[in-house]
Amino acid sequence: MQKLSSTLPNMILSLSIISVVMAIALGFVYEKTREPILKSKQEKIVNAISEVLPPFDNDPTKEKTNIEGENLVIYKATKGGQWVGSAVKTYSYKGFSGDIVLMVGFLPDGTIYNISVVEQKETPGLGSKMKEPKFKNQFNNKNPEKFKLAVKKDGGDVDAITASTISSRAFCDAVERAYEAFKKGGKQ
Amino acid sequence: MNYLKEFTKGFIKENPLLVLVLGTCPSLAVTTSAVNAIGMGFATTFVLFMSNVLISLLKNLIPNKVRIPAFIVIIATFVTIVDLVMQAYFPDLYKALGVFIPLIVVNCIVLGRAEAFAQKNNVLASFLDGLGMGLGFTMAILIIASIREILGNGSFFDIKLTSEDASTILIFIMPPGAFITFGYIMVLMNKLKSKLN
Repeated sequence: MQKLSSTLPNMILSLSIISVVMAIALGFVYEKTREPILKSKQEKIVNAISEVLPPFDNDPTKEKTNIEGENLVIYKATKGGQWVGSAVKTYSYKGFSGDIVLMVGFLPDGTIYNISVVEQKETPGLGSKMKEPKFKNQFNNKNPEKFKLAVKKDGGDVDAITASTISSRAFCDAVERAYEAFKKGGKQ
Repeated sequence: MNYLKEFTKGFIKENPLLVLVLGTCPSLAVTTSAVNAIGMGFATTFVLFMSNVLISLLKNLIPNKVRIPAFIVIIATFVTIVDLVMQAYFPDLYKALGVFIPLIVVNCIVLGRAEAFAQKNNVLASFLDGLGMGLGFTMAILIIASIREILGNGSFFDIKLTSEDASTILIFIMPPGAFITFGYIMVLMNKLKSKLN
């Protein structure tokens, strides 16, 4: 077959047809993947909530309070109608590379039960160590009322990750924000 | 035409990353762990052979003056498909690769192969070229990523090789380490290439 010559109608027709066909293909794939994408995002949140709170038997995703849109959300967990704690999805823009999203679990008295890292893009091998128990477990069973949420360099009580003070600061910033939200909206 | 040659040239003789030096930006950025490299490599491979095949099929229907926009539309579609599928079924990998998946669109390797090969050759040759180039690229970034992960993080495919407190050569995990590793691998590759000739 001869190659189409570059006349105006040819060019418009050829480019339009390619675009339309590709758009249809994309729409099809988008429809197919929309459900799984939503589900995997939802699953991640549910897993994080159950990781950071003591056992509960309600569905915390149904009892959520949005503090700042979807960025700062409180999920309330109950067991047999008794409030066992709240998980707070929190964020920090102060990360070394990109935003950090954490799930922080608070017991009713404000003590941190556990923390889970939902999203982070910190340097692998440095800032990404925030996911490791060695760093994040130092917050467990601490009450931010007495435990100052800042790295030791800034006069706080947190042991920073070696060579990742910025990531550690961002982590503290996110936890602090979660605690403020918990104080404001977590107690009833 | 020697079809086997079209396939194997991507590994050493015309390795897109180490010999043609195309697509270095995403390669240096994502090679912090072997898992990332595999994910990025296969995503690029898929886009490469799919776009190569389609462009080779359509080569006579695309007027010469609009070929670049037409190629970009085709490549962007496949990249978005990879992006959505990865988001749906491999969310962790998607998180790790982040912005570099959409950026495959502007990866010079893909457009380069479309322009230099697929629009001039038949479908089978284009398919083999895309597959070979893609796997050659995957191999190259996997080598770089393995070295960086082992030396810089003390692990391989996320399996710890050193004890928890052992200190590793941190520079290899950071951007300068990427350049150092890249440079040495390139030297070795060129040595190997000249031996083969």
